[in-house]
Amino acid sequence: MVIEISTPLTEETVARLKAGDNVRISGVLYTARDAAHKRLVALIAEGKELPMDIRGQIIYYVGPTPARPGMPIGSAGPTTSYRMDSYAPLLMEHGLKGMIGKGSRSQAVRDAMVRFKAVYFAAIGGAGALLAKCVKASEIVAYEDLGPEAIRKLTVEGFTVVVVNDIYGTDLYEEGVRRYRIG
Amino acid sequence: MGCNGLREIHVSDVTAAVKRLCISANCNVPRETISALKRAEKAEESPVAREVLKQILENHRIAREEGVPACQDTGVAMVFLEVGQDVHLVGGDLYAAINEGVRQGYTEGYLRKSLVDDPLFKRMNTGDNTPAMIYVDVVPGTNVKLTVAPKGGGAENMSGIAMLTPAAGVEGVKRFVVERVQKAGSNPCPPVVVGVGIGGTFDRVALLAKKALLRPVGSHNADPTYAKLEKELLAEINKLGIGPQGFGGRATALAVNIEYAPCHIASMPVAVNLNCHVGPHESVEL
Repeated sequence: MVIEISTPLTEETVARLKAGDNVRISGVLYTARDAAHKRLVALIAEGKELPMDIRGQIIYYVGPTPARPGMPIGSAGPTTSYRMDSYAPLLMEHGLKGMIGKGSRSQAVRDAMVRFKAVYFAAIGGAGALLAKCVKASEIVAYEDLGPEAIRKLTVEGFTVVVVNDIYGTDLYEEGVRRYRIG
Repeated sequence: MGCNGLREIHVSDVTAAVKRLCISANCNVPRETISALKRAEKAEESPVAREVLKQILENHRIAREEGVPACQDTGVAMVFLEVGQDVHLVGGDLYAAINEGVRQGYTEGYLRKSLVDDPLFKRMNTGDNTPAMIYVDVVPGTNVKLTVAPKGGGAENMSGIAMLTPAAGVEGVKRFVVERVQKAGSNPCPPVVVGVGIGGTFDRVALLAKKALLRPVGSHNADPTYAKLEKELLAEINKLGIGPQGFGGRATALAVNIEYAPCHIASMPVAVNLNCHVGPHESVEL
């Protein structure tokens, strides 16, 4: 079964999602990876306003390839998430409700997801050509100087992900390995 | 032929070949890898993992047919040259010619520019994906073999090296390699290809592991004892249960490729370098 959700995420939507659920997202995703996270967290530390309102939003950890003429975006799969672990709890504290990436998160991030009621989704890493088909529009919101690491506002339709960490503390990666490990 | 029996090759031919290979390698997943992914899909026990493998294969088909990069991480351009010792490269600086090919390929091919100049302080994107990581071997003959292997950061970050003692033996090597893949977990985009270097020195063993990734998936080391170790390691790794994308399943790795070299009587270096399921590389002879 596939669960259809749209952004911004409400408390009810987040509460409904369980680790292992297949989800299709429609609406807006904000892109940010290493360098953009560093800047966002620095802004919060200085008490300044962020370039976008992250309350209820989803951040997608991606640095796409440049769009060919006439296309909204190039290849656009997820990057590895643990590199954003040191920044993620503060963003959740400020209202971020979802993250899309690949790979497992630290205990601190998982604790923050339970505490601040946020979910972590995985998209298929290395499937950038396929995932790009769900991206209908892309515009740079901030940090154009960072090139592929700029913050983009993506409009997506039926963007396919799997819930890895829900607000109840369950982790799909741990469950999966437990089930299929031999010896 | 130039004078003294040397074959002349103009460096602009190198630039053109590097440019073409950068674009082609990123869009065309090697056929041997595709075959291995299809076999993995058939053999997979987990329904979730089968669906993941199906989508990966669909992605690689789209990339090939539409000429888009299979992955958004089009990597650092690793460029390997085997230059015949009877070749005379003319027309300019070889390294500059290679970097010009990378610049043209990444700019005109709509590939992502993923390099920063200073690794620690400034971290400014160089804007054209240069410089390439260039390795040149001199070999007999009058040919130049050129390989471009774009290397993504996600899998590269999961690499490891260990200066084992000779006493550690085969079991020590196995334990290190399997633990490395286990620790990497879902991060390097499994199913992965595991490149293993054994022997040499601290610097050489890492290069051996990287060069092992250039071998086609499904090929084996020419030495039967190392070929047997490759198969045993693959079986061990695929018991870990990590599976495609780490969601649980059988296909954690598609292949284990080992390259080895002589080493000091006191040493037994081991290095692990991983490729994701895209693992791009392409070669040409000039």
